[in-house]
Amino acid sequence: MSAPHTQTTKSSAELDRTASWYEASARTRVRLLLDPGSVVEFIGPEKREVSPHLKLFDLPEQFDDGIVVGRGRLDGSPVFVAAQEGRFMGGAFGEVHGAKLTGLLRAARDIGSVPVLILFDTGGVRLQEANAGELAIAEIMRAVIEARTAGVKVIGLIGGRAGCYGGGGLIAGCCSALAVSEQGRISVSGPEVIETNRGVEEFDSRDRALVWRTMGGKHRRLLGGAEVFVDDTIQDFRDAALELLSSIRAFGIDTLRAEQSRLEDRLQRFGACPDAVDIWTAEGIPDAVSIPALPADQFIALADKVRRSSRDAR
Amino acid sequence: MEDLSFRHATRQRAAGTKKLAVIGVVASGNLEVLAERVLPDSECLVEIRTAAAGFGEVWDAVIADFVKGYSPGGLRFSINDGGARPDTVSLRLAQAARLMQEDDQ
Repeated sequence: MSAPHTQTTKSSAELDRTASWYEASARTRVRLLLDPGSVVEFIGPEKREVSPHLKLFDLPEQFDDGIVVGRGRLDGSPVFVAAQEGRFMGGAFGEVHGAKLTGLLRAARDIGSVPVLILFDTGGVRLQEANAGELAIAEIMRAVIEARTAGVKVIGLIGGRAGCYGGGGLIAGCCSALAVSEQGRISVSGPEVIETNRGVEEFDSRDRALVWRTMGGKHRRLLGGAEVFVDDTIQDFRDAALELLSSIRAFGIDTLRAEQSRLEDRLQRFGACPDAVDIWTAEGIPDAVSIPALPADQFIALADKVRRSSRDAR
Repeated sequence: MEDLSFRHATRQRAAGTKKLAVIGVVASGNLEVLAERVLPDSECLVEIRTAAAGFGEVWDAVIADFVKGYSPGGLRFSINDGGARPDTVSLRLAQAARLMQEDDQ
């Protein structure tokens, strides 16, 4: 991804964009999401800015520490982009991985007018770099809020293998808006973590249907945790990013107040619901039990009818 | 972790003008290959960091076969390996060599 491929025709890029987001690598997602040939990577793999910690554990490094950061164009307009590689150590945040995203967000804050797309695909903090990773999460959350305060739109796109868990879920919660596919689970504690800490009666991590309807993209969209639900193609994520960039409002204290009141309202309305299906029923969705099996297009039509989530809160 | 390095003389320079390519991912049974056009046209270097120690002879054979088949003169390949099988290594090296054959703008 060093220099642009200006030869690539638009039609072939559009064809490639029918590819699955879930199956694609971080680099492929970035290359196909943005305009053909527009991507320039910062601190690319040739710089070999690898983790300083993994060798202590006799573990293999990756040249980009599992994250691609750079700039490019989306429908002609400049954007910053960061994409986590969910297959390298579960896309987890280490010291270098986190610092690359922090630096990108600070650059966006300083420039003020270029939006940031974060392609989450992470299980959270890399355990081998626990303290550095936790600090990275805190720095990134601060950097997201500082960028938003400076007028930058920060969009999260979630549909990877690792989902968006742990500190990744916290950072996603700080973004201006999120687009999610069915595969893109969003949460903080993962299924196994909840079961380990609270018991199988609280959450059976082996019950995959339970996991998907509690943390999966459909539930996040219906609950207002994600603004847009998309089908699992790169084109759908591109369309969602463009839609969100054109519709996000300014960020300020009023945004936070609206978010607080929306969350209080949510707790009051759904706090007693034992299962996601009960929440959907309480939302007035007929035949709520059929939602997990709905194809993406039918679900999107249904979700659009039910309620457009508040753009200010999740 | 084990570090391995193999230097070969090549028949001809690798086609194309691309300076850099990266393919694959470091995961169990997988590997990443970073290819860079930084050597004289008559040389090829493959440097490996692998999680599976003790397979030097297999690497030697796979890389000799790759150099014979592709003659990637001028290219340095840096590999981070998560314990990939030899066929996966061959595939990734071939993918990297193929990417380098493209022309940079």
